Amino acid sequence: MPNFRDPSLSVMEPNVLSNSLLNSYIPVLVMGVAAIALAAALIGLNGILGPSRPNPQKLSPYECGVTPIGSARERFPIKFYLIAMLFIVFDIETVFMYPWAVTYIHSGGMMIFNLIEMLLFVGILFVGYYYVWKRGAFEWE
Amino acid sequence: MPESLAGFLSIPVLLFLIFALGAVSTAVSCVLTPNPVRSALFLVLNLFCVAILYLLLNAYFLAVVQVIVYAGAIMVLFLFVIMLLNLGSPERIPDQMKWQQPVAVGAGILLAAMLTVTIASSVPSFAPATSLPQTARRTTLDAREPGASQTMDNSAILDDIARRPETMGTPYGIGKNLYNPDKPWLFPFEMVSFLLLVAVIGSVSLAGRQTSEEKA
Repeated sequence: MPNFRDPSLSVMEPNVLSNSLLNSYIPVLVMGVAAIALAAALIGLNGILGPSRPNPQKLSPYECGVTPIGSARERFPIKFYLIAMLFIVFDIETVFMYPWAVTYIHSGGMMIFNLIEMLLFVGILFVGYYYVWKRGAFEWE
Repeated sequence: MPESLAGFLSIPVLLFLIFALGAVSTAVSCVLTPNPVRSALFLVLNLFCVAILYLLLNAYFLAVVQVIVYAGAIMVLFLFVIMLLNLGSPERIPDQMKWQQPVAVGAGILLAAMLTVTIASSVPSFAPATSLPQTARRTTLDAREPGASQTMDNSAILDDIARRPETMGTPYGIGKNLYNPDKPWLFPFEMVSFLLLVAVIGSVSLAGRQTSEEKA
């Protein structure tokens, strides 16, 4: 495909070059400002407009309609920590795969080499995956 | 001088000032809040501000990774650890390392001194930001005629993305440099997989889950 032009590359035209990549993040900024403004407006209007007539029943923590028993600050099982840790590790693996996937189609004569280097990376991590699977860390009981 | 001040306060500089202030204030709040959960949530805000600072430095991929990995995954881990240790109220944690406070003050002064010396020696003069880009951005693509880009093929543009400092931080630029055997970063990349392997095995064995054979 000699004349194919990736539409995402159009920002690379020299006349719009200098700050165009940063400018393409302006919608994200607008979105963030809108989200903060909406949250602030909803909570603020609630505080201003809503009537406040508290009683002990209303002020007690809501726990599915049942009277709360004991403190919510109890020690959590270590299972949660384990799941979060495994999530981070495989999250980082995905982070490394993303730029590889973006560049792979353009690697030209290096395609086999690039495939092998990623297979090596994933293969080493697969050893860990197999170990975790065999230790039963994915089981929730 | 109003003109030089107006030139200095371009939109990226203004954004930098806003989010640098945000990063510092959320970091201070994170340290000073007695409630550990609130402290962790201030750290999330701080990581968001730092992500925007990465964006302003043209490190686009790093900014997104900062939000996904740090503000997402690692903060979940922090919150789980807080709940795991049951750090509900601050008075339950007695300070058993009183000697830390004077040492921390000394280390802080040392760090501030080192930062001051480093910054003072690396910035030759306080020049307005507008004088920098014209010289810094001169690369092959700028040198071409405005109409010449139509005749350029894809590969020349792609090579330029991987080489130019302001587009090197995109996923394409990072991938092109990281997975290139001519660059020195391929071996560290492969070593990262061993680091992650150690993290997986270490966390699973520390958490003490048993195999089904051991349980039986």
